[in-house]
Amino acid sequence: MMTSAFGHYFSSSIGRKQLVAMTGLALCGFLVGHLAGNFLLLMGSDAFNIYAHKLASLGGLLILIEAVLASIFLLHLGLAIKLNMENMKARGAKRYAVKKNTGRGTTFMSSSMPYTGLVLLVFVILHLINLKFGTHYETTVDGVAMRDIYKTTMEYFQGTGATAWYVVAMIAAAIHTSHGFASSFQTMGWNHPKYFQNTKRLGYLYAVAVGGGFAFLAVWAHLKGV
Amino acid sequence: MSSNNNMTLNLKIWRQKGQEAEGKLVDYRVEHVSPDMSFLEMIDVLNEQLIRKGEDPIAFDHDCREGICGMCSMMINGKAHGGYKNTTTCQVHMRLYKDGDTIVVEPFRASAFPIIKDLTVNRAGLDKVIIAGGYITANTGNAQDANAILIPKPIADEAMDAAACIGCGACVASCPNGSAMLFMGAKVSQLALLPQGQPESAKRTLNMVNVHDSLGFGNCTNHAECEATCPKGISIEHIARMNREYLKAAFTYHEKNRSEGGA
Repeated sequence: MMTSAFGHYFSSSIGRKQLVAMTGLALCGFLVGHLAGNFLLLMGSDAFNIYAHKLASLGGLLILIEAVLASIFLLHLGLAIKLNMENMKARGAKRYAVKKNTGRGTTFMSSSMPYTGLVLLVFVILHLINLKFGTHYETTVDGVAMRDIYKTTMEYFQGTGATAWYVVAMIAAAIHTSHGFASSFQTMGWNHPKYFQNTKRLGYLYAVAVGGGFAFLAVWAHLKGV
Repeated sequence: MSSNNNMTLNLKIWRQKGQEAEGKLVDYRVEHVSPDMSFLEMIDVLNEQLIRKGEDPIAFDHDCREGICGMCSMMINGKAHGGYKNTTTCQVHMRLYKDGDTIVVEPFRASAFPIIKDLTVNRAGLDKVIIAGGYITANTGNAQDANAILIPKPIADEAMDAAACIGCGACVASCPNGSAMLFMGAKVSQLALLPQGQPESAKRTLNMVNVHDSLGFGNCTNHAECEATCPKGISIEHIARMNREYLKAAFTYHEKNRSEGGA
């Protein structure tokens, strides 16, 4: 009989945690690209629409990329929910009458991961409905007919509620990644006293820059008007 | 000293007759507590009072009472071992409390740590994790020359830091996920750091993690609450080293079944 260590990987706690970590980091990478694209909003409708059109023109490749991205997202989500349910079971039904954290371990960021994660799940669904699959306008740039996603976006952010919800979701994203980023490195075993403090700092910087960047553009779009 | 021998404390202690019994916090009042007593000695005083009254004394684990055996597991005011840095319950002294204080004492709680009675929990799960591979296979006989295997001082120190684990289970008790990753990581890391641990490293890590998971310990989410409560100050860097070892082992290790002799 051959013991397949590799097979155990996908059912073990550490193996599945590492998949959550890697998919999480991949999603972090995706957000950087997404944010960079969003900043084209500042350069006006043509720049943003041409960018979106170029992406859409990838055709089959785009569908493949989207499928991979969706798989990464669903794997991250599914495994995180499964691991969290196991953890709820492992901590036991009967809890402490008094439980205090030392203040040197658990933080609000780390203990709210399942909740900020669920906020982001709802956000992503609504985000796709409202923008990607939102109102379809057509425009022509330099004689090329393309979708006017700029108009869809700017219209969407005229709603105060929509903008506020977007900002709330980005705060959730910042909280989620402020723990998740460095946590992923620890889970992969990439922790060394020489650089782990910097990994943590990079995680906080990432959280503020990415969460803040998206939120800034939403507020900017809201204030600019159509 | 005797003038100080006069603290009065209000205790709320978890009483539970057996594993399946319903437990509850019971109020006790202990008088004449000296600030020089350890927390366990204070409970001894209370137990003597209970025995004199014909009541069932409070069951709690204890052994060496000098901070090295890992038996005195309890949550004091919501923190494992009282939450003092690098301190076990037996080394917590009553001078840390004030006259009239109310102190809540509960057993370590996790699914993998069923309560036996009152403050005593079954931590055999930790032993099962060690049995799965937390050792090296070595021929007995004369010890070899101490300088035959050279180990750099920083590596030896780091392995020693991990080996300081006394298996008290505070990491599991304080973990929001009831995970024993710090306990297991300390042993995997200690042996992975040393040349003697290398030959069995992959198999050890795989087996220990499998057993850990099967016993109902939870999954680490990197809160580091374990590191903060560990009475031996063991760092979660050892969990990271175990995670590395596990990743490496999962992708490289496979065991062939030799039906014939290898010679």
